[in-house]
Amino acid sequence: MQAHVNANAVNHETIVIRFVGDSGDGVQLLGEQLTITAALSGRDVRTLPDFPAEIRAPAGTIGGVSGFQLAMADQAIFTAGESLDVLVALNPAALKHSLQYLNQGGLLILNEDNFTDKDWQRAGVSSDLLTQVAGEYQILHVPLVRQTLEAVAHLDLTHPQAKKTKNFYVLGLVLWLFDLSTEHCLAFIHKKFNHHKTIGEANEAALLAGYNYAMTLELAKQHYAMGELGRPQGNYRQITGIEAVGLAMATLAVRMQTPVLVAGYPITPASGILQEAARLKDYGVKLFQSEDEIAAIGVCLGAAFGGTLALTVTSGPGFDLKSETLGLAVITELPLVVVDVQRAGASTGLPTKTGQSDLRQALYGRHGEAPLPVIAAKSPADCFDTILEAFCLAVRYMTPVVVLLDAYLANAAEPWKMPNPEDVPIPLIEYNRFTKPYQRDEHLARSWNKPGTAGFIHQIGGLEKQGDEGRVSYDAENHQQMVTLRAEKINGIAKDYPPLEIEGDPNASILLLSWGSTYGAVRSAVSQSMEAGVSVALIHLRYLNPLPRELGDLLARYQRILVVELNTGQLCQLLRAQYLVNAESVSQCNGQSFSVSRLVAIIQESRLNE
Amino acid sequence: MNNQYTRRDFENANEIRWCPGCGDYAILAALQRLLPELGLAPEKHVFVSGIGCAGRLPYYMNAYGFHTIHGRATAIATGLKAMHDDLTVWVITGDGDALSIGANHLIHCLRRNVNVNILLFNNQIYGLTKGQFSPTSQKGQITKTSPQGVSNEPMNPLTLALAAGASFVARAVDKDPAHLVQVLKKAYEHPGCSFVEIYQDCNIFNHGAFDPFALKENRPAQTLLLEEGEPLVFGPQRDSALVLQADTFAIAPYDPATAHIHQANHFVGAMRLAQLQFPDYPVPLGVYYQNLRENYTLTTDSTTQSMEDLRQLYASRTSWEQS
Repeated sequence: MQAHVNANAVNHETIVIRFVGDSGDGVQLLGEQLTITAALSGRDVRTLPDFPAEIRAPAGTIGGVSGFQLAMADQAIFTAGESLDVLVALNPAALKHSLQYLNQGGLLILNEDNFTDKDWQRAGVSSDLLTQVAGEYQILHVPLVRQTLEAVAHLDLTHPQAKKTKNFYVLGLVLWLFDLSTEHCLAFIHKKFNHHKTIGEANEAALLAGYNYAMTLELAKQHYAMGELGRPQGNYRQITGIEAVGLAMATLAVRMQTPVLVAGYPITPASGILQEAARLKDYGVKLFQSEDEIAAIGVCLGAAFGGTLALTVTSGPGFDLKSETLGLAVITELPLVVVDVQRAGASTGLPTKTGQSDLRQALYGRHGEAPLPVIAAKSPADCFDTILEAFCLAVRYMTPVVVLLDAYLANAAEPWKMPNPEDVPIPLIEYNRFTKPYQRDEHLARSWNKPGTAGFIHQIGGLEKQGDEGRVSYDAENHQQMVTLRAEKINGIAKDYPPLEIEGDPNASILLLSWGSTYGAVRSAVSQSMEAGVSVALIHLRYLNPLPRELGDLLARYQRILVVELNTGQLCQLLRAQYLVNAESVSQCNGQSFSVSRLVAIIQESRLNE
Repeated sequence: MNNQYTRRDFENANEIRWCPGCGDYAILAALQRLLPELGLAPEKHVFVSGIGCAGRLPYYMNAYGFHTIHGRATAIATGLKAMHDDLTVWVITGDGDALSIGANHLIHCLRRNVNVNILLFNNQIYGLTKGQFSPTSQKGQITKTSPQGVSNEPMNPLTLALAAGASFVARAVDKDPAHLVQVLKKAYEHPGCSFVEIYQDCNIFNHGAFDPFALKENRPAQTLLLEEGEPLVFGPQRDSALVLQADTFAIAPYDPATAHIHQANHFVGAMRLAQLQFPDYPVPLGVYYQNLRENYTLTTDSTTQSMEDLRQLYASRTSWEQS
């Protein structure tokens, strides 16, 4: 059978492929190896492991679908793509789950052996699904299980072992399709299965069999072949936001040669950071899995009182529970960092889906007047820098800091040029600067006086403080002064910001404004619009509190300001209130990232309406 | 005994704001009497408290202090002690703070065996908020929020602590400071999480709640001092004892042959003692239970990894060299 891929399906420089199967099918491993191979061949890559909401749901059912999506291009890209050029579906449930994302004319690779009547039934889908859409796609039926078993028949394997190598068969097939060499994957198999020689040989045989099968079929690979991206030389790795947070903490501990604390209570999608921290014990990252969300921030605050750098990680519902302790951290002016991996929805909502609806909570979600810095990472690799910067701010200004990430950033991956750990900025810690705990420096930061030190004994707490000694005060005038002082301290942080960068065409009349993970889609939309001859400017905000000082003046330059965010317009409303500008909200709350095409269309429309 | 420090070393100039006559004064005094004896400098002690009248205590000690928020002192102290094992950490809490809003943290602090000393000031009332019933208020107790009397059973702090896996459980009363100091000293010396329930008189909202057994003249007949390896004897003439009948304690005339011997490492024995109800039985005071087990700490292994290890860590997943 030969697949003639329709030319109009592939007339773009980015190729997006998705593998979908059961949780146990090994699609994550397959995706990772394809990613490295593509990166090594000089393509830019973005990946998105799309894990099931129900962990290990029954095999073959919609709930048990596990996927891995990879976008590759011979130019810089910023998202893992929104529609698919190639879909590999290992069973009917997987097909049902992802077929809607496949472009018209796209290539659909099916595991024929798992599309029996029984498989359709288990998925609760009628086999008519395939018949109905047969004309819309290029469909390749591969007898995957049979072919894999044949390929490894000469080896001494049990049936399940033999069957398990099928993901490498798929990998081989896809490598050929994308004109990628088998070299890296063979080396990987060799290394990984060093202690299980037979399994290694089986995977190797399966990989080559898949590769040769595709070659024999003469799959239309020319449509997927692409040039190389001029990525700077250096050592790279693919990094998810979760991994980046873990590595930032390890970097802090090793650089300071002092343990740091990571505390949390398991919650999707932040739990991944706890698991990452558990692996980093030898690097000085101490993990505390707490009895609840409140305890997690509590132990961080206790550790911080003692002079330790501490991070607590959570997601929406857990962030609610941390509010009271955050207020205590504000009034006691102790440094700590809270990461909120935002997810969609009020209450439990959509735990595995993404959103940016916790912005207001981060900015205002505490009683009384309790200002604190809020910063957001824009990409998976940027999570590394953002965490380190959060600690620098926390220590320099003696304040808790909230870092907003989201489900997309946590799990999506991009290439990260690994820095020299000696060059990354870390906080400069100086304990016991002044004898009185609330004596302040030029930044209005108080002295971090460490318990255990003679001459620095003090008592702090949640009651209002007065003067340098931090004594309890019920005085009316003092409270007014302290409210003002704490606000001034936080506002002063903006003086250290680097100047705002305007991407796209700074002289355009339309400005797109984004924050957080939305950057990828917005940046792509700006590039595409500019290529299509539509001028547009882009400002991406890293600092959400305090806002950059020049922002108001910059906003005033543009006729139209579109604030793009995955909520109902939280930043937009804030900008309107703060700067009295006619900012317009581009909002989305469906649990998914913005699609580039939607943003391009919005930009186009805005220009027409000028 | 180290006499380097005196009581004055642990006092400060802060104005004490408890009501005159409050039992908290006696507990503060007991601490200021004990701490010089321990031989540690004031800066090595940290007092962490929650919310409630007891929560003010750290302000009145010349030691590091953290007056936190309602119910969270045990959690905050856990983080401090886990990362800073060199500090001696005292948790000051009350019946509402530890057993209602903060009960979950208390249970887990005991279970983990964090090496802190938890002093629960039990006055069976919410004093700071001016007189509502607490989780240890007695059934039938009239308070501002139970004008018809409290309708449900009180919580038993000692059985809770024991069930949670506490490695040191003791009880004392504010009215017997000498004994209180002894118990606090044992709590300090215990290498693990120490839990001490201190009956404390709120002389404004629940005055005299413990007088029937806590007053000096009532103590000989109505309390029983627990001593390791000694019989459970009480009474003005030390002529009554607890004897084990079937599975429960009964009161009998003291006879060395039948009187039960207190063994603090005996969990079931401690549970039996903790369940005794006054006035049917005298109130046992002292160390109910003690066993030695591993402490929770995060500071045992230090950071030894180098920059080179860090570089290798960076490259440990999905990495490549772009040429």
